[in-house]
Amino acid sequence: MNIESRILKNEETVSLNLRDIYRKYGYSCFKMSKFEEYDLYSRNKDFLVSDSVITFNDTNGRLMALKPDVTLSIVKNYKPNGGVQRLYYNENVYRISDKTHQYKEIMQVGLECMGDVDEYNLYEVIGLAAESLNTISERCVLNISHLGILSAILSPVTSQADRAAIIECVSDKNAHGLDEVCERCALTAHSAALLKYLVSAYGDANEVLDGLTSLTDDGNVIAAADQLRKLAAQLAQSYGSCVRVDLSLVSDMNYYNGIVFCGFIEGVPSSVLSGGQYDRLMDKMGKEAKAIGFAVYLDMLERMKEEPPYTVDVLLLYGQDDDKGGVCRRVAELVAEGKCVSAQTEIPDKLYYRAIERFNGGAENE
Amino acid sequence: MNNLLKIALPKGRLGEKVYKMFDAAGFSCPEVLEDTRKLIFENRDKGVCFFWVKPSDVAIYVERGAADIGIAGKDILLEYSPDVFELLDLKVGKCRMAVAGKKGFKDNTENTLRVATKFVNIASDYYRKLGRDIDIIKLNGSIELAPILNLSDVIVDIVETGKTLIENDLEPLETIVPISARLIANRSSYQFKNERINTLLDRLKEQLEA
Repeated sequence: MNIESRILKNEETVSLNLRDIYRKYGYSCFKMSKFEEYDLYSRNKDFLVSDSVITFNDTNGRLMALKPDVTLSIVKNYKPNGGVQRLYYNENVYRISDKTHQYKEIMQVGLECMGDVDEYNLYEVIGLAAESLNTISERCVLNISHLGILSAILSPVTSQADRAAIIECVSDKNAHGLDEVCERCALTAHSAALLKYLVSAYGDANEVLDGLTSLTDDGNVIAAADQLRKLAAQLAQSYGSCVRVDLSLVSDMNYYNGIVFCGFIEGVPSSVLSGGQYDRLMDKMGKEAKAIGFAVYLDMLERMKEEPPYTVDVLLLYGQDDDKGGVCRRVAELVAEGKCVSAQTEIPDKLYYRAIERFNGGAENE
Repeated sequence: MNNLLKIALPKGRLGEKVYKMFDAAGFSCPEVLEDTRKLIFENRDKGVCFFWVKPSDVAIYVERGAADIGIAGKDILLEYSPDVFELLDLKVGKCRMAVAGKKGFKDNTENTLRVATKFVNIASDYYRKLGRDIDIIKLNGSIELAPILNLSDVIVDIVETGKTLIENDLEPLETIVPISARLIANRSSYQFKNERINTLLDRLKEQLEA
């Protein structure tokens, strides 16, 4: 059965298109249950966007949760089979919205690449992230960064509270707050200058990374910058200026390492895609493998469709005395032409139609 | 309107002061300061659109993308933790978040401390870090009344000059954090209107350094 794309909601169209792309790159669908034992989340609370999980007892008395995250379940089920496992998913997750503070069902599409992940796999996954954004809209931006840079600069900071305060300032592009924290932590002027650079460093990869490497000779920072530079050059071949380096981009360093990325669509107020390398999560969950993946938050896309919300293409008006068989035939003709039709005896209050046709009276646009 | 840089200003003296800084930075829309019932002011030549909102709502407008940038007090940012970029301390609207109590108040650590405040998260966070057991009493105004009527032992509130406290026989006891107005930006708008936001940012920085 062919389904017309116009009857699909924006997020449904995007979901179908993305699944098609991921399948073409050798990713297979991972279908999972809506429930998971709560224990999985209680052991990895920091990995979750929100630590509030909807729980209930199943018939055996086990404490279960409505899934707040997909990656943890996929990692839990990972078994090494040589090479790299490529999986994609299209699932609903249940989280507390940080805006409304209420539980929300969120439709997510994403993919995970786990195993002997090499440089090619990184290019492939981040390229697919850029491709996913382009599929949603050409007006998109994919920001990339490397956590090795921040990690190297923060290595002399031992206090967890100070590290958290610095990371928060970097993530908020809060240079004035960073000055205060660096002073409080008695960080060297060199480290403070590097951190301040991360806050403002944004845009063209070569420009941003040249600026960074001119400020330091730290081998770890330079190695991370080189990896980022190569990745950005590779991505620029296909996606041009929509790929930018943003060194203020950070993710939880207990789980993520290496490359992290995040995507935006013009007109959508927050990021619609986020991902990165999460070898540390694999390690924490006892899996001897590397991994990278990302998720696309489809719930953010529902307001993107700008077309007027027409309910039908044609409002067919007929009178009580008209031949009902004729009305049926006319409706069938219009449907056969690919139009949506609503046959009515009078114009309903809240029906949005492209054209109105009076039965027996010919067609007339309004 | 989507191509314009949408700016949410906090109603009141602080907003007017900040608008003058925007004006001096070349992001002008003189109509903004006129006495009118209009809600939105556009200057297409300068590519800007201003609107006045309640100061505590600015962060919501920016976080949800109704405004690209805005001016919010640090108190609001600390209390509501909106997911926005905090780009610049504008060094205006300076005051402090403080604990205040009756003159000569001594904290009896044997009892739970009763704290009246509008800023529940800031107060809870402050006392959590101190490890002090507190009973938070959320009020929406006239916070100074609480210790006078023995509704609370102390209050956590914004102190500018301390005059209101003195007139009511109260005194500031501890400063929690200095407060001033901050330039905030929506995370997505920052990607797509980056050049204009950074131009404004650089010009405002120049004004602060002058």
